[in-house]
Amino acid sequence: MASAPRTLYQKIWDDHVVETREDGTAIIYIDRHLVHEVTSPQAFEALRMAGRTVRRPELTLAVPDHNLPTTARRDATGAKVPIADPQSAAQLAALERNAPDFGIRYIGDADAEQGIVHVVGPEQGFSLPGTTIVCGDSHTASHGGLGALAFGIGTSEVEHVLATQTLLLQRSKDMEILVEGELGPGVTGKDLILHIIGVIGAAGGSGYVIEYRGPVFEAMSIEERLTVCNMSIEAGARAGLVAPDETTFAYLKGRPMAPKGAAWDHAVAYWKQLRTDPGARFDKSVTIDAADVAPTVTWGTSPEDVVPITGQVPSPDSFADPSKKAAAAKSLDYMALEPGTAMTDVPIENVFIGSCTNSRIEDLRAAAAVLKGRRKAENVRWAIVVPGSGLVKRQAEEEGLDRIFIEAGLEWREPGCSACLGMNPDKVPPGERCASTSNRNFVGRQGPGARTHLVSPAMAAAAAVAGRLADVRELD
Amino acid sequence: MEPISQVEGRAIPFGAKNVDTDIIIPAKWLKTITREGLGEGAFETVRADPDNVFDDPAYKGAPILLAGDNFGCGSSREHAAWALGDLGIRAVIAPSYSDIFSGNAVKNGILPIVLPQDAVDRLMEVAREGHEIHVDLETQTVTTPFQDRFAFDIDPFRKHCLIGGLDEVALTLERSEAIGTFEQRRAGSQGWLTQGTNT
Repeated sequence: MASAPRTLYQKIWDDHVVETREDGTAIIYIDRHLVHEVTSPQAFEALRMAGRTVRRPELTLAVPDHNLPTTARRDATGAKVPIADPQSAAQLAALERNAPDFGIRYIGDADAEQGIVHVVGPEQGFSLPGTTIVCGDSHTASHGGLGALAFGIGTSEVEHVLATQTLLLQRSKDMEILVEGELGPGVTGKDLILHIIGVIGAAGGSGYVIEYRGPVFEAMSIEERLTVCNMSIEAGARAGLVAPDETTFAYLKGRPMAPKGAAWDHAVAYWKQLRTDPGARFDKSVTIDAADVAPTVTWGTSPEDVVPITGQVPSPDSFADPSKKAAAAKSLDYMALEPGTAMTDVPIENVFIGSCTNSRIEDLRAAAAVLKGRRKAENVRWAIVVPGSGLVKRQAEEEGLDRIFIEAGLEWREPGCSACLGMNPDKVPPGERCASTSNRNFVGRQGPGARTHLVSPAMAAAAAVAGRLADVRELD
Repeated sequence: MEPISQVEGRAIPFGAKNVDTDIIIPAKWLKTITREGLGEGAFETVRADPDNVFDDPAYKGAPILLAGDNFGCGSSREHAAWALGDLGIRAVIAPSYSDIFSGNAVKNGILPIVLPQDAVDRLMEVAREGHEIHVDLETQTVTTPFQDRFAFDIDPFRKHCLIGGLDEVALTLERSEAIGTFEQRRAGSQGWLTQGTNT
């Protein structure tokens, strides 16, 4: 029987429908669930109160990341360094207790595999193509880089997944983002996704699942695809996807939780058909010419506020939409920027290289390549490099990247979410600027009053050296 | 969850666009392990300005919040919905929401109503003039004392859950058998998926 051509998203959706209610709401099976300490305590508590159990504990993986300080976790004698903030300590302790209580695998701060959930999932082979992956964290979209349907959920849904291994969902619409041509030198997946958000807007993907298509994504490594999909949520999309291919299979093969032997062969045969059929219909298509993408930075307080590094701070009057005009004026006030200022004239006091967007080994290599033999500028007061996991940290140290960072005057830290959000001791002081490889330049995101400029790892390294935002292609 | 079918009262004319959940409740408030008391941290950075609408006595205890496009974007934190609930908000009216926020709102008995920008603008005017707004979920309408009448759409399942104050987990647990059948079928055709964290 010839079936109608389907998108990749439709194929994954169809393979996870347990049943559909008359009103169109579907019970969707969830294959993989990641849990961290911030959005889970109330879900576990609700299970306890209702006397409910976890349906399939082996399909959930728990890892602390948001609250963990990135300074040394063991003292010289090997004893655990206590967490200074009692609330953070209590939240971390709750996960450490809840996971074994409910039979869930827990990778704790003492384990070499600990890291940011969205780095750990792919790294362990827990995240697989064609699966549904959820986590009480909006950056779950990252795992779409492996061809999984991955999205963030709230705490009530965390409870729902724990108890039923399903979610009640309405199907989203399909959007295609087709990038043609080739990215230029010094232009990375991070620059591309910032550019895309600038084109479609922070709400442009609202109600959609985005499939990233075209030669640029096919040529990307998995790590770069994870970076692109990670920020799908900053365009408002439920999820972002890149179809799995040989690059994906090579990345996953041999990872601890990936299938092995005959199961691997069965899996690959299934994964190979996970492609959008020719002629499948998208509700919305956006085409972007890769040649138009420069190293990209943000100037405002929404991820849609982007400009090429060669550009200038825009004037609020340059926006036609009156609400955007007002928002831009407010953003510039918060960011203390004058319209017309060249972006390369914006001084930087802090540099953060890390987060679920850009803390994998390739990100660290890209930053190290810029920093090798150079030193951070005097006015850069605080510059930290935070690997995404203990395994990334070990790999980087084996390659000598930690020495490059330290010799350049940057600090080399323990894995965690760090300065991406103000939940652990790593914060940007009020009124200071940060060139950050994270994903959100929201008001107060990196600490009250902090001013964030989102950039790629290479651009963050260039900013550290120049002491201002800088074009990595033009560094002396 | 508390059932909800009517919301009547003053509305807070906030109106801002792209209000992210870090604005609704900053990260430092997420260190709690309960759902209570988050109203204190709600809109903390907005409330640092003494002229903010949230602390204006005219809108004290208002059950409706008026906002711009893409309300609740960013982080998936359900704390945003808990914080609004703790402030006494039972309905938000905006031109659009982030997908995750609107789901979280419904699960906490807060009605996320979608109306076009010009309707929201009119309601902002009504709210600023000190008049009350009436939301009727049964008939899916928002009305004012001035003949304004705006119809809104809502997903029928969400409406059903809100009006009944239903617990989705309990509803889905009633379908355990169907979930079991699905799992058995998948264990046969895609056995590699069942392994999970077992290595």
